[in-house]
This record gives sequence, C-alpha cells and structure tokens, in this order.
Amino acid sequence: MDTREDIMTKLHLTRRGVIKAGAATGAGLAMPTIFVKGAAAYTNEPKGSEVVFGFNVPQTGAYADEGADELRAYKLAVEHINGEGDGGMLNTFSSKALKGNGVLGKKVTYVTGDTQTKSDAARASARSMIEKDGAIMITGGSSSGVAIAVQSLCQEAGVIFMAALTHSNDTTGKDKKKHGFRHFFNAYMSGAALGPVLAEAYGKDRRAYHLTADYTWGYTQEASMKYFTEKEGWETVATVRTPLGAGDFSSYIAPVLNSGADVLILNHYGRDMVNSLTQAVQFGLRDKIVNGKQFEIVVPLYSRLMAQGAGDAVKGIFGSQNWNWQLQKDDAASRAFVKSFGEKYGFPPSQAAHVAYVQTILYADAVERAGSFHPCAVIEALEGYKFDGLGNGPVEYRAADHQCFKDVLVVRGNENPTSQYDLLEVYAKTPRAKVEYAPDNEFFAGGALGECNPGK
Amino acid sequence: MDAIILQILNGLDKGSAYALIALGLTIIFGTLGVVNFAHGALFMLGAFVAVTVRRILTLSFETIDPTRKDFLGNPLKVKTTYVEHWFGPDAGQWLIDWSVPIAVIAAIPVMALVGLAMERGLVRHFYKRSHADQILVTFGLAIVIQEIIKYFFGANPIPVPAPEIFRGSFDFGVLLGFPENAIIYPYWRLVYFAFAALVIGGVFAFLQFTTFGMVVRAGMADRETVTILGIDIDRRFSIMFALAAIVAGIAGVMYAPINSPNYHMGMDYLVLSFVVVVVGGMGSLPGAVLAGFLLGILESIASMKALIDLVPGINQVIIYLVAIVILLIRPRGLMGRKGVMED
Repeated sequence: MDTREDIMTKLHLTRRGVIKAGAATGAGLAMPTIFVKGAAAYTNEPKGSEVVFGFNVPQTGAYADEGADELRAYKLAVEHINGEGDGGMLNTFSSKALKGNGVLGKKVTYVTGDTQTKSDAARASARSMIEKDGAIMITGGSSSGVAIAVQSLCQEAGVIFMAALTHSNDTTGKDKKKHGFRHFFNAYMSGAALGPVLAEAYGKDRRAYHLTADYTWGYTQEASMKYFTEKEGWETVATVRTPLGAGDFSSYIAPVLNSGADVLILNHYGRDMVNSLTQAVQFGLRDKIVNGKQFEIVVPLYSRLMAQGAGDAVKGIFGSQNWNWQLQKDDAASRAFVKSFGEKYGFPPSQAAHVAYVQTILYADAVERAGSFHPCAVIEALEGYKFDGLGNGPVEYRAADHQCFKDVLVVRGNENPTSQYDLLEVYAKTPRAKVEYAPDNEFFAGGALGECNPGK
Repeated sequence: MDAIILQILNGLDKGSAYALIALGLTIIFGTLGVVNFAHGALFMLGAFVAVTVRRILTLSFETIDPTRKDFLGNPLKVKTTYVEHWFGPDAGQWLIDWSVPIAVIAAIPVMALVGLAMERGLVRHFYKRSHADQILVTFGLAIVIQEIIKYFFGANPIPVPAPEIFRGSFDFGVLLGFPENAIIYPYWRLVYFAFAALVIGGVFAFLQFTTFGMVVRAGMADRETVTILGIDIDRRFSIMFALAAIVAGIAGVMYAPINSPNYHMGMDYLVLSFVVVVVGGMGSLPGAVLAGFLLGILESIASMKALIDLVPGINQVIIYLVAIVILLIRPRGLMGRKGVMED
C-alpha cells in the first residue's frame, strides 16, 4: 500500500515530468527541423559505446519452447558478435566484416520481449523495446500473424525487423515491408520442394484431402500444397478448415477414409499439428489400403520440437524444414553452429534457433558493411546480398521482396531414432532453382515494400 | 448415413470427456455451492499424472558406449530404464507400455489429495462469498496451476501412447453392412467411452445406493436440516470435492493418449464444460451427463464438411447456438430444478 506521502511524491514527480516533457516538446516544435534531424538522424541512433538489439520471442503461451530456443540462439549470436565464445558460424560465414569487437566497435547488448504469440502483445513489447530501451532493431516471431504485425510496426517506427519463424507467403508477399527481412523459407517453397518428392515416393495418381488451420499461414500453405501436388497430377478431394486449437480433431479425421482420398495433408503447426497427426495415426489411417494404395500422411511444415510432441506418429512422414542440425554431416557451417550451441546448452539447436542466430549475424554484418546503423543504409546492404557459410549453402536476400532464396530441405520422420533429437532425417535437398518464383507470382502478388523510413 | 453414424460415434467420445468434467463441476456446485473454474485444471493435472508416471517408469541410467557417437562426436551415452534393468527387458517394456492404466491407479490418491488441499486450503474460505468472488479465485488458481505445470513440463505437448494392443482402429462399418473403411474408430477411444460410462455409472451408484451418498443428496437438497440432525455435512462435502477431483483427474489420464497433454488443455475444456453444465441444468447430475453427450454429438455432426460448406463456421458456434435455443425454451436447462442459483 502506498502511503499518502508516497502518492504525493509520485504525483509531484509526475507533474514535474509532465512539465519537462511539455517544455521539451515546445522546444522541439520551435526548432527548425534541420537541427532536430542533426540531433537524431534516425530512430535510436546509438550514441554511447553500446548498441541494443531487441529480441521479441514467445516466452509464454503455446510456442514458448520455440521462443526459448530462439532466445538461446540470440544470446549465442550476441556472444559471438562481441568476440566471446568460439565464434560459431562467424568462422564459416562468407563475409568477414564482423571482427568480434561488437558492431562498428560498439558492444552489443540486448533486451527481450514476450510476444505471447499474440499480435497485440507482440506489437506492445516491440514498441516498448524501441521506445523505452532504444532497440536499434527487432528480431523474432514464431507465427506469421505476429511477424506481419511486428513487421509493419517496425516499418512505422523506422527500425529493421529481422523475421525469425514465419512461414506464410504473405510475410514477403502482400504484407512485405521495406524494413522487414525473412531468412526462413515459406509455404510456396515447401510446396515446390515437396510436390516432386511426394509424386516420386507415392506416385502421380493420388487423391489428397487437406485439413487446414483456419488463419493466414494455413491458407497459404494449403494453396501452395494444392497447386504443387495438382501440378504433379494429384487430385484434391477436399479442403477442410479446422479451428485453431481444436484439440480433438477426430471429427475432421474420421470422414477422411470414406472420402476416397488416399493422402491426408495436414496444414497444421504447433499443438494443432501434434494433435491432428497423433489422432490421424490413432485412427489407423496409415495402416489402410485405399484405391489399392497405401494411405499416406504429409505434414508440409515440420519442426523438431513439434515432432517430439507427436512422438512415434511422425515415423516415415514427409515434411519440409528451413534447417536441420543433421546437416552438420556434410556442412562445416552447420557443424560449427551445432558445436557452439551444443557445448553451451547440451543439446542440438532447432531450426528456430538457427534462423534466430543467422538473422542476428546477418543484421550485424550488414551494419558493419554499410558502416552505419542508419536503417536505409542497412536495407541497402541487405538487399540483393549474397552470402554463404551460414548453414544453408549459398543464399540470396532478394531485393524485390526481402525473401531469402536457398535450397529447401525435405525431411522425413526417422524410422529408427536414436534420441529425441533425430526424430526427423534429411531426405532430400531441393535446389534453389526449383523453389524460386518471380516477385509478382500470384501467391505473392499485391502489397509493396514501400519506402525506407529513418523514423525520427 | 455412414458419415452421420461416424460422427455420432465421435460425439459419444467427445461427449464422454465433457460429461466427466461437467459431472465433477456439478457435484461441486451441487454440494458446496461453489462455481469451480479450476476444474479444467484438475483434468489437465490428471493428464500430467499420466506424463509423470510414464517419466518415472522410463527413468534411466546412462552407460557410455564408446563404439557410437553423439551429435557432438563424443562417445554416445546409452540410456537403460531402471524398470528394464530390475525386471528384465520384457516385464520392463510391459510396464512402460501400460503406463496409462497404471497412471489411472496412481491418479486416484494424487487427485484426492489435490482436491482436498484445494478445498481445505482455498475454496472453503469462499463459501460465504459471492459467486463472482468464487469464480475469480478459482480462475486465478487455474492459472497458477497451469503456469506451474508449464514451468516443469514446458509449453509443448508431450506424447503419452496408449498400450500397444489398443493402437489402430476397429471397422464398425463392416458390422453394419457398410463397405470396408466406411466407419472406423480407434480402439482407445472405445476404451475411453467404456471407461467414462463406468465412472459415470459408479458415481451415480455411489450417490444412489450408499448411506454416504444418501446423506450427501440430503445435504444438497437441504443443508441446514441435515446439519441440525447432527450430521457433519461439511466433512462429507469435502470428500465429495475430492471425489470430483478424482473424476476429472482420471478422465484426464485416460484422455492423454488421445490428445498429447499440454499445460493449456484444461482451459480448452473448461468453457465448454460450463456450457454443458448450464444446458444440463445447474446442479443436475443426469442433466450434466445428458448435455455432455448431446453437445459432443452435435459438435461432431456440425464439423461435417457438407454442413460447413452450407454454413461456414457452424462447427465453431453450434454448441453456443444450441445452448441459446435450449435456454430460451427451458431457462433452467434440460433438467434444472427451481431455486438453484436463483436466490
């Protein structure tokens, strides 16, 4: 309980604060804009010996485990940028601009926010990190709804947004922004990579039944999978939308067998994917022979953390991933990352950790190459940037839409996992050329990047 | 036709879970007059008893196998479970395989203790307060329990498989003369339905045919008179709270193989269970069971593609629509009595 005196003091301080703020605003208004610009050329220009990054991840809610892994990777990236630890993928990264002394000589510090996987909470925490903590950039996200919301906030605020986990076509499609950059692949690429692999494994004469999460990501995933499987000669029997967080999917799964379909495509992620897949397997779908063929299930977007939730149910099931730690077998960069992450935390990193780490390094590197934290300069340094040595082979940040283009991994549930970390195995790598599309492709049409905005 | 039979089967199963949770809610409301928003959390705790029992059974020790390597290239640490080590691989595997039924037995004392602790420690202090206060405090408790579970088990679902012999599904259609695969239903869900029927029957028999049950029913009807007769009705009501917790808990344990347990699953069922209680009639046990199955079946039928195409979104609102209609026609719910929650 506040005593009366406490309240008085607080009121007094607030009153003084208001007066001060008022005076400052008055002065600001009175001053010609040119001086104001000189004082702060762009939002949160770092003045001291440190610069603040803002890590906006789900620390509570359904994706908290993904968020926790992202945060581990962000901390690791900051260590490496500041010259601590073994340097991880900085040793394999094609750009040698970062010297291990921070960014442009400034030590990197960070603040974290909790998105709760809700758009409004994510915007509030991003805003707070930008306005109160002076974050020069924001990175994070674990759902496309959140990423799109935070991306547009960053555009307005004049800071860079390095998107982490977001797979909807819209993030770099109709909702793309000049200040937003995505390393993660997207629903279209998943479809393009999976289509031919599925046709080869299961044949061209297949009938697919889609269950789709009822929101932006689900729609783009469904449309992409439908397009690419039909291109291979498959027929789409039905597409059914399921409410987000339905829990029990039995009433959606039960009619599948009777529909004449012989493949079930689950456009679900997170808890929905775990539940729908587990239940589909329980219904015995995979033991059935339909139309003279073995019934199959496909999960277009996989995540190791989700695979752990589904347990045995993932065995033999195809999906796609942005990165998998088992790439370390023949990739030195992945090996370096798995080593520094594994030694620090005791288990291999997830794809969420990988994208978080890579996006932080890419931002820091772009600033170093641009020689400035000015968002317009950083955007210029990232647009069209080609790099290698960050775990995905050669990659390009396409200037037209700020989407990274690279090979896409097709993975399959491991039949004989040796631990909870190798539930998925890399089945094929689909080369970049096969998943690339024109910026005005129908799945991505509409919207515009807009202009660079230095903020205040 | 086969599609509708299929959805009715499905609904029976969903309805079982609703009915079991609503039954506990109604017991608590009927005896103690408390609207218990933490009841979904008890269901969730039950599911995590299943997780915990499985974890205990799979506790293991590590031996280093120098011939194999782990992900960092160090010698692989091979895990062997204690139960396999003690009882031999076959018996050990059997115990792990049957972890869910074993968890049901473990859940009974655990949930009874949780129920008693909740009632004696917190809820009892709110008997004389308004329903709004009771809702707030039990809702708060639900959030606390949820966050504790998340702290220890993480936010992602944890798989709990059913025993091997119950995997796969049963072809009902063939029995009824439909072609193969027309109506299939997983064995475990049939087990769940049978289990729910057994528990519901057990609770009714307990209340109907035992002296204890008779006293409790008398207490529900007229608490004051029963107290004047020199019966310690409070103690009996505490035991009923524990019983309701056990019902919710074992419902959760058995549900774990159907829906991988996660910290939020209690909340998912809580709201629907309240609708079930209200539709069934506040304080009516048969009403809760009837409404549970009714709404479960309706929800399943509404998620048929033909219906969704006709009325988009019907699968998500059907329960509430039906609830509104029923409450308009029968304001006290299907089997509600006069005077309950009306003072």
